[in-house]
Amino acid sequence: MNAPTPVLNTGIGAPLARLEDGRFLTGSGHYTDDINRPGQLHAQLLRSPHAHAKLGKIDIAAALKIPGVVAIFTGADVEADKLGGLPCGWGVTGKGGAAMKEPPHPLLAIGKVRHVGDPIAMVIAETKNAAKDGAEAISVDYQELPAVASTTSALKKGAALVHDDVPGNLCYDWELGDKAAVDAAIGKAAHVTKLSLVNQRLVPNAIEPRAALGEYEAATDQYTLYTSSQNPHVIRLLMCAFVLHIPENKVRVVAPDVGGGFGSKIFHYAEEALVTWASKKVGRPVKWTAERSESFVSDAQGRDHVTEASLALDKDGHFLALKVHTVAGMGAYLSTFSTCVPTYLYALLLAGQYTTPAIYCEVKAVFSNTVAVDAYRGAGRPEATYLLERIIEQAAREMKIDPTELRRRNLVPANKFPYQTPVVVAYDTGNYQAHLDKAIELSDYKGFAKRREDSKKKGKLRGVGISCYIEACGIAPSAVVGSVGARAGLFEAAEVRFDPTGTVTVFTGSHSHGQGHETTFAQVVSTKLGVPIENITIVHGDTGRIPFGMGTYGSRSIAVGGTAIVKAMDKLVAKGRKIAAHMLEAAEGDVVFENGQFKVAGTDKVKSIGEIAFSAYVPHNYPHATLEPGFDESAFYDPTNFTFPSGTYICEVEVDPETGVVEIASFTAVDDFGNIINPMIVEGQVEGGIAQGIGQALIENCVYDDEGQLVTGSYMDYGMPRADHIPNYKFAFTNTPCTHNPLGVKGCGEAGAIGSPPAVINAVLDALAPLGVTNIDMPATPSRVWAAIQSAHPAKAAE
Amino acid sequence: MSVSVKLTVNGKPVTAQVEARTLLVQLLRDNLGLTGTHVGCDTSQCGACTVHFNGQSVKSCTMLAVQAEGAQITTIEGVATNGALHPMQKAFNENHGLQCGFCTPGMVMSALDLVKRHPKPTVDEIKQGIEGNFCRCTGYHNIVKSVQAGAKAMGG
Repeated sequence: MNAPTPVLNTGIGAPLARLEDGRFLTGSGHYTDDINRPGQLHAQLLRSPHAHAKLGKIDIAAALKIPGVVAIFTGADVEADKLGGLPCGWGVTGKGGAAMKEPPHPLLAIGKVRHVGDPIAMVIAETKNAAKDGAEAISVDYQELPAVASTTSALKKGAALVHDDVPGNLCYDWELGDKAAVDAAIGKAAHVTKLSLVNQRLVPNAIEPRAALGEYEAATDQYTLYTSSQNPHVIRLLMCAFVLHIPENKVRVVAPDVGGGFGSKIFHYAEEALVTWASKKVGRPVKWTAERSESFVSDAQGRDHVTEASLALDKDGHFLALKVHTVAGMGAYLSTFSTCVPTYLYALLLAGQYTTPAIYCEVKAVFSNTVAVDAYRGAGRPEATYLLERIIEQAAREMKIDPTELRRRNLVPANKFPYQTPVVVAYDTGNYQAHLDKAIELSDYKGFAKRREDSKKKGKLRGVGISCYIEACGIAPSAVVGSVGARAGLFEAAEVRFDPTGTVTVFTGSHSHGQGHETTFAQVVSTKLGVPIENITIVHGDTGRIPFGMGTYGSRSIAVGGTAIVKAMDKLVAKGRKIAAHMLEAAEGDVVFENGQFKVAGTDKVKSIGEIAFSAYVPHNYPHATLEPGFDESAFYDPTNFTFPSGTYICEVEVDPETGVVEIASFTAVDDFGNIINPMIVEGQVEGGIAQGIGQALIENCVYDDEGQLVTGSYMDYGMPRADHIPNYKFAFTNTPCTHNPLGVKGCGEAGAIGSPPAVINAVLDALAPLGVTNIDMPATPSRVWAAIQSAHPAKAAE
Repeated sequence: MSVSVKLTVNGKPVTAQVEARTLLVQLLRDNLGLTGTHVGCDTSQCGACTVHFNGQSVKSCTMLAVQAEGAQITTIEGVATNGALHPMQKAFNENHGLQCGFCTPGMVMSALDLVKRHPKPTVDEIKQGIEGNFCRCTGYHNIVKSVQAGAKAMGG
C-alpha cells in the first residue's frame, strides 16, 4: 500500500481501532428511535394497499374514537395548510431541450394513490399501539385502477398512466454522445457484440428502519427534527423551502447515530415533514418509526435498469464504439436525486477503464405504480460497470480472446493521465494495469485451469469472472453539476475549533452512519496539527452545531469533507503563525509549523499549538488592531473534479449443475483508492460493498406482481445476504494518489458494490459456458441457474 | 388490558405494568429505557433485538413481555462490567466487526451464546451460528473474525 508511513500509531495510515465503537458495543448509541421527548406522541401512517386507485371518502370518525388517538391528518389537511410536495433535486433536460416531467408528490395522497405504501393518513396517538389501532379503524373508499407494475411495461402502448398529465409514463428521454459517430463505427466494425440485460431493482435495507421525531417549542417558535438521515442540512433546506414554508433559522435538524444508509437515507421523505408539521398542530412532540414492512414500501429502492447495448471492436479486439439504450424505473414519484442516477451518474461512467473513442447512451426514465427509485450504494455506477464488464466478457468469449487480455488491450495507459473520456468526465490519475496485474497474481488466475479440473472431478462447474470498475466520487464541481441540472451545490464545510486548553472539536458537514468518520477525520487532524487523538472530537449530524454541509453520499466524505477540514486547518496554521510571531517577537515569515510546534526558523524559539490556542483565548497583550483573538477557523471546499477510484475484481465460483447452487470459491479485490487514512476501515468498506454486490448478483431481487403488489415485502421474502453467503476475500491496494485534493484521497464506500456483481455473474457464465448458457440475469439464484442449464440442454431436461 | 410483569434484567429486579400485547423488546426499550436492544424488522429475521433469556439467546421481538415473568434477562447493557468491555465486545472493536452499530448489540448477544455452545468455534460454526443476525454494513467478514477472537479471549 502506498499510504504514508504513520508518524504515530494513531495518525494517517494507521489501522486504528475505531474511537466511536464504545457506545455501539455497549448499547449506548443514540439512534432516532432511542430518543424520547417529554409529552411525546406516536404516529402511524395508513398506507395504500393498492398500487393504483382513486381515493373516495376517507372516514376517520371511528378512528378518532379509539382511546388514545389525538389527531388524524389526511391529504385534505395538507392542502388546507398549503404544504408543498416533496421536491426533486435534479432537473434533467431531455432530447431537444425537453424539460423532464415532474409530477407533484404530496406528503399525503390527494385524490389518488400511486403505489402500494403511498401514505394516505397520519394517525397521532398517545401510544404506538393506539396509533396503529386508529389507522386500522380508518375506512377508505378505493376505486381501483389498472396499474403499470414494471419498468418494461411502462412504455407499452395502452399502459395505464401513473400521472394523468405524463403521457406514456415518460419522465424524460435523454441522450449523451455522438450517435452518428457511434452508428458509423458499429456499421464498419470487424465484430459487434450485442447484449440485453436487466439490472434488477433492489431494496437498500439499512438495518435501522427510518425514523423521525418532530418537536415544536411555542415559546421560541423553534422546531427540532430528529431523523435517520445522511444529510441533515439538505433535509432542513428542502423541508423548509419547498414543503413547510418555514424559515430555516426556525428549524434544527439532528441526524444522530444512524444505522446504515447506503443512499436510502439521503432523500427528503414525507414522514420528516409530517412529524415536524404535526408537532406544531398538536402542540406535542410526534415520533414515527418505520416497521420493516413499511420500510419495504416507503424507502426509496435502487437500480431497476433494462438495457440493450452494442460494443464494436476491430479485428484485434480494440473497442471502437459503445451504444447503450436504457429504460430506467423511477417508481411512482421522483425521489430527491432519482433523476440524476441513470443519467449523470451512469452514462458518464460508460468509458470505464477503457479508451473506447465513441460512446452514445440514451436513457428513458419511466414512471410505474411502484415505490420510488433513487440512489443506492453506487447509484448509476454499478449499472454502468455491470453493463460494460458483462459486454466485454461476452465479446472476449465470442472473439476467443482471454478476458484479461481483451481488457488489457483497451485499458487507458498509465502514462495517458489526465485522460479525457468521450462522456464528459476527465480522469485525473490511475494505473489500471497495476491492479489488473496484481489481481491476476493474487487470484492465481494462471492456476485456474487446474482448479477447474479439480472442480469437475467433484461434479462441479467452475468459472472465473473479471470486473474492472471505475468509480466517480465526490460529485463535483458545483459549477459543472449545476450546468447539467443539479439544484444544489456539492461542496462540503468544516470548522476546526481549538479550546483554550488545547483540545480540538471538529464540526463537519459530512455525516457518519457506519463509515467511521469519528476515527478517520480525527487521524487526519491529529497528524496535521500534532494534537493527540484523544484530544480531538468530531461533531456531525446536527444543524444546530455544524456549518451548512451537504452530508454523506457518493463516497464523498474523505475527498470533499476531509479536504474541507484540511482547508480549515490550513487557516488555523496561518493564524497560529501570526500569533506565534507576536508571542516570540519574530517576523511571521520566519515562523514555521511542524509536528504541533510553531518555531522561529534557525532559532530555538518555539511555542506548541496548545500554547498558541491558550494565548488566543487569553489575549492579554494582543495588538488587537492587527491580531484577532480566538483559534477557530472554518472552510468550505468545492472540488475541482470528481475523484476516480478504480480496481480489478476476480471471482471464482463453483456451480452445482444438479441444483443450480452457486458457491463463491474465491474473491480477489485489488483497489486504487489513492492515499488511505485508515486501512482497516477502508477494507471494511470494501467488504461491506462486496457483500451487497454478491447479494445483488446471487440473492436479492425486489419483485412486484402484475398488479403492483410488492411480493418481496419482508425479510421472509426478500433475500438478504447472511453470514454463510459470504466468502473469504483476498485484498490488495495499488494506490495512485488523487491529484486534486491535498490528502490525495479518492473514496472507497461504494467500490465493492460497483465492482463485484459483474465479477460474480461473469464467473457464473464462464462456469456455464460449456453447457451453452450465454446469458443469465441477476440474481443468479439456484432456480434461475438450474433453469438456464435446462433450457440450454433441452434434451437432457426431457430425460 | 394492563398486566403486571416481574422479571430480573441485568441482575436487577424490575416490575412493569404493560398492555398484554406488549413484546419483550418493547418492555425493554419503552418501559425500562434499555435502548441498546434494537428493532430492525417485524418478522424475527434480523436479530437486532437478540437478548439472553435465562442464559439463552432469543429474539426479544418474538416473545411477549408476560412470557418473561420470573425470567433472568440480559441485554447488551449488562455485558460490560464496571465500565470495562467484555472480551467479546473488545474483539469486535479490535477487528472492526461493526460499522453503523445498529446490528451490533444483537450480534454480540448471539456471539456470546454461540461461544457458550462452541467454546472454540470454527469459521463455519460462526457463520452458521450468526446466520439469524443481519448486518448490512460489514459483509460479515470482520464479524466472523471478531467472534473467533472473542472466543479465544474468553478462554476457548
